[in-house]
Amino acid sequence: MELPVLNNIAPDTSKDGCSAGSCGSTSDQMNHLPEHIREKVFNHPCYSEEAHHYFARMHVAVAPACNIQCNYCNRKYDCANESRPGVVSELHHPVQAVKKVLAVAATIPQMTVLGVAGPGDPLANPQRTFETFRMLSEQAPDIKLCVSTNGLTLPEHIDELTKYNIDHVTITINCVDPDVGAKIYPWIFWKNKRIKGREAAAILIEQQQKGLEMLVARGILVKVNSVMIPGVNDKHLEEVSKIVKAKGAFLHNVMPLISEAEHGTYYGLTGQRGPTHDELQALQDSCAGDMNMMRHCRQCRADAVGLLGEDRGSEFTMDKIEQMDINYPEAMKMRAEVHAAINEELESKRLARESKVQLVNIQGVQNKEVTRPVLMAVATKGSGVINEHFGHAGEFLIYEASPEGVRFIGHRKTTPYCEGGDTCGDGESVLDKTLKVLAGCEVVLCSKVGIEPWGPLEAAGIQPNGEHAMEPIEDAILAMYEEMRTAGKLVQKSAEQQMAA
Amino acid sequence: MAFEIIESCVNCWACEPLCPNQAIYEARPHFLINPDKCNECAGDFEESQCVSICPIEGAILNDLGLALNPPGSLTGIPPKKFAELQAAQRAA
Ligand code: SF4
Ligand code: SF4
Repeated sequence: MELPVLNNIAPDTSKDGCSAGSCGSTSDQMNHLPEHIREKVFNHPCYSEEAHHYFARMHVAVAPACNIQCNYCNRKYDCANESRPGVVSELHHPVQAVKKVLAVAATIPQMTVLGVAGPGDPLANPQRTFETFRMLSEQAPDIKLCVSTNGLTLPEHIDELTKYNIDHVTITINCVDPDVGAKIYPWIFWKNKRIKGREAAAILIEQQQKGLEMLVARGILVKVNSVMIPGVNDKHLEEVSKIVKAKGAFLHNVMPLISEAEHGTYYGLTGQRGPTHDELQALQDSCAGDMNMMRHCRQCRADAVGLLGEDRGSEFTMDKIEQMDINYPEAMKMRAEVHAAINEELESKRLARESKVQLVNIQGVQNKEVTRPVLMAVATKGSGVINEHFGHAGEFLIYEASPEGVRFIGHRKTTPYCEGGDTCGDGESVLDKTLKVLAGCEVVLCSKVGIEPWGPLEAAGIQPNGEHAMEPIEDAILAMYEEMRTAGKLVQKSAEQQMAA
Repeated sequence: MAFEIIESCVNCWACEPLCPNQAIYEARPHFLINPDKCNECAGDFEESQCVSICPIEGAILNDLGLALNPPGSLTGIPPKKFAELQAAQRAA
């Protein structure tokens, strides 16, 4: 965890403390991204674990063919490491796929993203994939599309791809070194030939990197998936991570190799093991902190339909869909309402809880959006978490949140508003003292705030908040700061207001 | 002079769009090659296109009935290993 907590640094000397200090590494991960991409990343339901419970996504299997072989894949089944092992998807003709998408989207209004991931490679089936996209862009413009590809033919399809409502592209990049690649990819089909070994890997790597660069240049979000194969690319993936991030991938997601012998893959049959939980964790941690964002997505089943943890796929078999009478334009209105309501709900919850240091750094600093510093008071018994009732606090810790991060400013003593016991006898006058102590603060974070002090606090311009109980102080402060930023409360105040603070 | 697709074909569609003679067609239980149309890509490509992209060892045979992608040639899986797995799965 690298939080820019600059303890005990005097307020006016720290303005540039961060660029050389501890928060640099976090902002580095994203500061190369153009502004509009950063916005997309942070406002997108799929990248937030919480939003995952509100929005649904689905996949259609329109792309059966593949143009490479991976050692973790057995083409008799769906790709084991990109979808569900050992199962063959029901293949859809583009017309059927579109029908299915419309049926699902009309029935489950939370459906926002359609993925085309296989069972082969979408871009090895350009006609089917693009026909599906073209029809959907026309008939269901409110659905975002995403594509997962091995990248081999990405450069040649980039123009076509960018015509549609593509939300993001996922490239599976397992290596940037052909010698490593030769141990992962036995062959590729390239320019009408089957090419094997190191040469094949070199071509694949070149095309993947080129494709990544082209997508970024066109402002399309790129996520990179890597399969961690112990002894083959585990050490190497740190380098992969650095490179793809430097080129503008917004996320690098490392997944564990799945190699059960019964799947009949090369790795499965030659005893190549997958990583242990600890090995995976260690690699994910050493690659970057922002991978947290995608951890919830790993188990996404390619054929599942519906919200997280439910599968309504059986409601949407082709024969049932044929019976359905779908008025999509009508459905689209209902969908828009549902989405707006969800977004509203998430706006308060998601940003407050999930946004951490990156958000403040990235959207605040690199966006060149000037947000003003805010003082917040924290009631704590220690352990670095918010675990004290407002009324029991004998002192408050004061922090300053700003685009540079969170700084500890100092302690401020008071008399506990509720001195022990259950009765809060002369609370009123003690509260007055506390209000003075908290002057300048705009938020007070505690594990609980009673109803009585709530009004006076608000009246004094101090927002009481008990929603971050037991959370680490810095996380909670950053979340609050981000919430305020989103609510438009952080635009620079006039000089006199700052003086008063 | 024509190739043949046999039952180990997994109907993946990879070969179909590549055939310069439109000799390959979707069929059940598996794709087929029209022997009248297939010229083994002679004059069109250096390599027979269906054979070059097919991921399944043994799915395409030449006119002598020999696998054009013999066992082990594509996946690198030793044929013995694969036979063991198949035997185990049959037993299960
Ligand atoms: S060998 Fe060539 S001509 Fe014959 S079926 Fe295959 S692709 Fe078509
Ligand atoms: S490429 Fe091979 S497996 Fe795929 S459809 Fe053609 S013959 Fe069948």
